[in-house]
Amino acid sequence: MAAHTSQSVAKAAGDGVENDAAARGRSRRTDSGNTRGLRRALATHWYAWAMIAPVVLVLGVIIGWPLVRGVYLSLTDANERNVARTIGARHIDATYEFVGLDNYTAVLGDPVFLQRLVWTVMWTVACVSITFTLGLVLANMLNRDFRGRAAYRMALILPWAVPGFVSVFAWRFLFNRDNGILNKILDGGGIAAIPWLDDPTWAKFSVVAVNVWLGVPFMMVALLGGLQSIPGELYEAAEMDGASAWQRFRHITLPGLRAVSMTVILLSTIWTFNMFPVIFLLTRGGPGDSTEILVTQAFREAFVSSPRDFAGSATWGVLILALLMIFALVYRRSLRKQGEVW
Amino acid sequence: MRRGIAATALVAALALAATACGGDDKDAAGETKAGGELSGTVTWWDTSNDAEKASFQKIAEAFTAKHPKVTVKYVNVPYGDAQNKVKNAFSSGSDAPDVIRADVGWVADFASLGYLDEVPAETAKKVDSEFLAQAAASGKYEGKTYAVPQVIDTLGLFYNKKMLADAGVQPPKTLEELKTAAAAIKAKTGKAGLYLRGDDSYWFLPLIYGEGGDLVDAKNKTVTVDNAAGVKAFKTARDLVTSGAAVTNATDGWTNMQTAFKSGEAAMMINGPWAVADTYAGDQFKDKANLGVAAVPAGSVKAGAPQGGHDLGVYAGSKNRAAAHAFVDYMTSQEVQVQSAKELSLLPTRTAAYEQPDVKSSEMVQFFKPAVDKAVERAWIPENGSLFEPLKVEYTKAITGASSPEDAAKAAGVEFRKILKGWK
Repeated sequence: MAAHTSQSVAKAAGDGVENDAAARGRSRRTDSGNTRGLRRALATHWYAWAMIAPVVLVLGVIIGWPLVRGVYLSLTDANERNVARTIGARHIDATYEFVGLDNYTAVLGDPVFLQRLVWTVMWTVACVSITFTLGLVLANMLNRDFRGRAAYRMALILPWAVPGFVSVFAWRFLFNRDNGILNKILDGGGIAAIPWLDDPTWAKFSVVAVNVWLGVPFMMVALLGGLQSIPGELYEAAEMDGASAWQRFRHITLPGLRAVSMTVILLSTIWTFNMFPVIFLLTRGGPGDSTEILVTQAFREAFVSSPRDFAGSATWGVLILALLMIFALVYRRSLRKQGEVW
Repeated sequence: MRRGIAATALVAALALAATACGGDDKDAAGETKAGGELSGTVTWWDTSNDAEKASFQKIAEAFTAKHPKVTVKYVNVPYGDAQNKVKNAFSSGSDAPDVIRADVGWVADFASLGYLDEVPAETAKKVDSEFLAQAAASGKYEGKTYAVPQVIDTLGLFYNKKMLADAGVQPPKTLEELKTAAAAIKAKTGKAGLYLRGDDSYWFLPLIYGEGGDLVDAKNKTVTVDNAAGVKAFKTARDLVTSGAAVTNATDGWTNMQTAFKSGEAAMMINGPWAVADTYAGDQFKDKANLGVAAVPAGSVKAGAPQGGHDLGVYAGSKNRAAAHAFVDYMTSQEVQVQSAKELSLLPTRTAAYEQPDVKSSEMVQFFKPAVDKAVERAWIPENGSLFEPLKVEYTKAITGASSPEDAAKAAGVEFRKILKGWK
């Protein structure tokens, strides 16, 4: 279920970035390490192994191989001019060379990297915290009995059902300064037009707003699920003891939601960090380069200038992956300290 | 960016696979068999805009009348995505078009990567003798001809005759006159004087040429965008907006510009012949005579507009090169050029086409031809097309005030030198 949101959005841009990262984040297994146990497991569950073998193989091909290849490319000077290519019957051999860590020093030494990183972190924190808060509020509101509850739930999940790129393009029309509906409405109220996508600050606000709009349904559904698993007796007992609504929320709801929230926050952070389509389709990183995040910058490095710099792009990709892995490790450790079992 | 890695890996894998079974049977399908009838499918990727595409599709498919055994597959690729799409297709070889309509700025890039097939010697001779010299230059790379010019264009100042007359102003010849005119228009009609496209750096070129500058000096391998003239150009752009003479947008510039001009929200815009057909469709131009075109306003040095246009090239890996070259010859023939001049006001690249009555009678062609003759030729280097993206970033920053003109010029210079390695 979790993978769905990211998939629809990611596919829209023809991009599978977020998925892999999320999948990897979850696929950590504890290893028994005991050979005898392993042999026994193989003997009794050989059919299970046989059945997952194709999946493992496919994952290895579509995730493992590009990953290894990407790390290797980031250590070379590969670009469009020197990679091997076949044009009809003619074949041109690869002539790129191994350059060690040159690409990394170049990227990390460029002030652009730090600028993008700062905004990427701000964007991620803003999106995740707003999405989570809104999701929590909505989930709480929908968790009580009232007439037409199903209809409300449906309506709130709708943004999730719409393909990501359709949503983003729709928002782009709404935001258009001269002909967009938002400014027409403001104009009707006598308020001057807002340069939604033409001013760096407003553009940042706009991309965050769209991403929140896209992300809230998932948060809401996940948290709603969490809420429903909290036994009602707890609330009844607390009420008997005279706990106020806030106290009940603070001491029953929040701890009860803990496991779910930690998971969705981690997933959401990883997705948002790499949320290519929203930025790329809404502002193309603009105006200027003010909303450019790390992934869109990497795209620009690889696909916009000529010759396309594959090595440079791979370097950005590896750095992004490294950042996310460090984040996941730190996050996991801090959860452990708080006594969560992961 | 994982997609990049995956794509590269895929390309590399495909290339490896192809080497294994490739062999060296170069030119297997390339040569025109004398007397042999052409057959097969020619896929053409056309980048013309919404107003033009129906006309081009019709013209392209009429090729079958000359060569009944050849099927033309017309594909319209939006201009903005085309360079990337074409490169993806060319480098992987799968589903690549046989013929592409390339912006003049892309030809050297594609040719340098080995993607374009050299035109047959006979066609090359014709390009040299029968086409406008500036147009012919755009299809060459290192002395060889890789593409045949289809249309040529440049930017001009489009104006709404009625709005200017109402405000009692003449079409401005300089930026100073433009500011005065814009103030008068605003006072009289409450509408904007000029719509200046802020999200595409091609529209910035007249401003930099106007100050006597250029993006690069290819002869001396020097980046010139950040010299005094360049800085002045960024200042001019900013000044046009802050002084209220021009309105602009940092996104959806093309649509907003056309909408504003067609509906009379802006009295002038800078645009090229490819916009004429779409502009005529607007409310303000039901009477075509209301559209006037003048040279772009001059800066402190001169009035200069870039030479643009589109060339047709054949993919070097095409399975059907003979038919593809024949298709290019047809699409760049005089009849076809005259027809697109008549229907779409596009400028022919063949010298003799300008003698044809249909071309002579087109007011737009009559205006743009002298403008094209004077247009500034860009440096036909492979990196030409990639200079626009970093320039766009800085141009937008300067025009919206996110960055000072000096910083914008400096930053553009830095980015240019990253692209043009080893240049001063």
